[in-house]
Amino acid sequence: MAQGSVVYLNKENFEAEVIKASGPVLVDFWAAWCGPCRTIAPILEELASEYSSRLKVCKLNVDENQETAASYEIMSIPTLILFKDGAVEKRLVGAMPKKSLVEALSDWLR
Amino acid sequence: MEECAIADKAFDLIIIGGGPAGLTAGIYAARARLSVLLIEKGLCGGQIAATEKIENYPGFTEPLGGGELTSHMEAQAKEFGLNIKTFAQVESVSERDGSFLVKTGDETFSALTLIVATGATPARLGVPGESEFTGRGVSYCATCDGAFFRDKDVIVVGGGNAAVEEALFLTRFAKKVSIIHRRDEFRADKILVERAAKDERIEFLLGYELASIEGDGKVERVRIKSNKDEGEKIIPAEGVFMYVGTHPNSSFLTNIIKLDERGYIITQEDLGTSRRGIFAAGDVRRNGAKQVVIAAGEGALAAISAQRYLSELAEE
Repeated sequence: MAQGSVVYLNKENFEAEVIKASGPVLVDFWAAWCGPCRTIAPILEELASEYSSRLKVCKLNVDENQETAASYEIMSIPTLILFKDGAVEKRLVGAMPKKSLVEALSDWLR
Repeated sequence: MEECAIADKAFDLIIIGGGPAGLTAGIYAARARLSVLLIEKGLCGGQIAATEKIENYPGFTEPLGGGELTSHMEAQAKEFGLNIKTFAQVESVSERDGSFLVKTGDETFSALTLIVATGATPARLGVPGESEFTGRGVSYCATCDGAFFRDKDVIVVGGGNAAVEEALFLTRFAKKVSIIHRRDEFRADKILVERAAKDERIEFLLGYELASIEGDGKVERVRIKSNKDEGEKIIPAEGVFMYVGTHPNSSFLTNIIKLDERGYIITQEDLGTSRRGIFAAGDVRRNGAKQVVIAAGEGALAAISAQRYLSELAEE
């Protein structure tokens, strides 16, 4: 993966990029029709580049990957899930300012 | 040091908030050739950008998308030279030596006058299960989350335009939509209520309050209580959409202008606030009507009042 850029997920690469990855992985479950998803998109890109050595940032389009989204019981978007060693460590729902997001993820950004 | 903060940039006017009120204020102020900066915490658009369509904005016979209308406003404002800073959350406002300092996360801007158009955020009802199930069936945005409830039963809580409009929108996906409203009559426009009443997928549960949201890991049912006889009912549902009013985005202003007990900004006829030089427009204002056309109108009035204030300053 290119250092510091957002990784686009699908059914095929989810396992390798998220579940089997080492270190924390933040997955943004989003869709094109969702306004708050557009709002946080640039914030996630900034996180990906600013914390490239600590956090991997990925995006999963829930429209194109309904099965994967359903398996994590996504019912609101944007939902952000922080995975570590394949396990769900934190779940955040809705758009929020960058500062709040960084605070919420502070345990994994240190 | 906080005390020695020097304004990075000085403007005639700073507008805080990029919804219909702030963008319209921006159009007027930029056309008046003021140097003006609009600061928006995310992307421009405000609450209306999450609305599927708007039917009551004058001048459009075909319904407009909420985001479509505000992106036109934004383009129009930029055309006239408005500076817009997005993804900047204002943390505090203070006054020093006759100008206002507006502090965001990492920058400080100054201006001779301010327009606060920060709007409001959907309110939480505070019933058991609401926080726990947010994102697990409880939603504040039908246009975002409606599609996750295909062929499922959902509840809409509230009685205003937003509640009825979003209930109508949800019938595209849901098998059944029950609207729970604590009063016996809707506050929503009659035309919307008539449309909902005709839709066989929509059920009205009037005179009931939401008591709790229940389930195992996700929403499975809600418990509602009658306002007349305290009788309870359990309604199975997988989605609960909350449209129970809004909460003003004004907490960063408590030290500088007068807010009412609910946090709304108290304004005078010219939309001036308790502090000379600060104006307010749109849903953050007390007695706001929560309509796009009114927010836009107030944005225009606030810009005109701010302009008048600047000429008074020049004369002093």
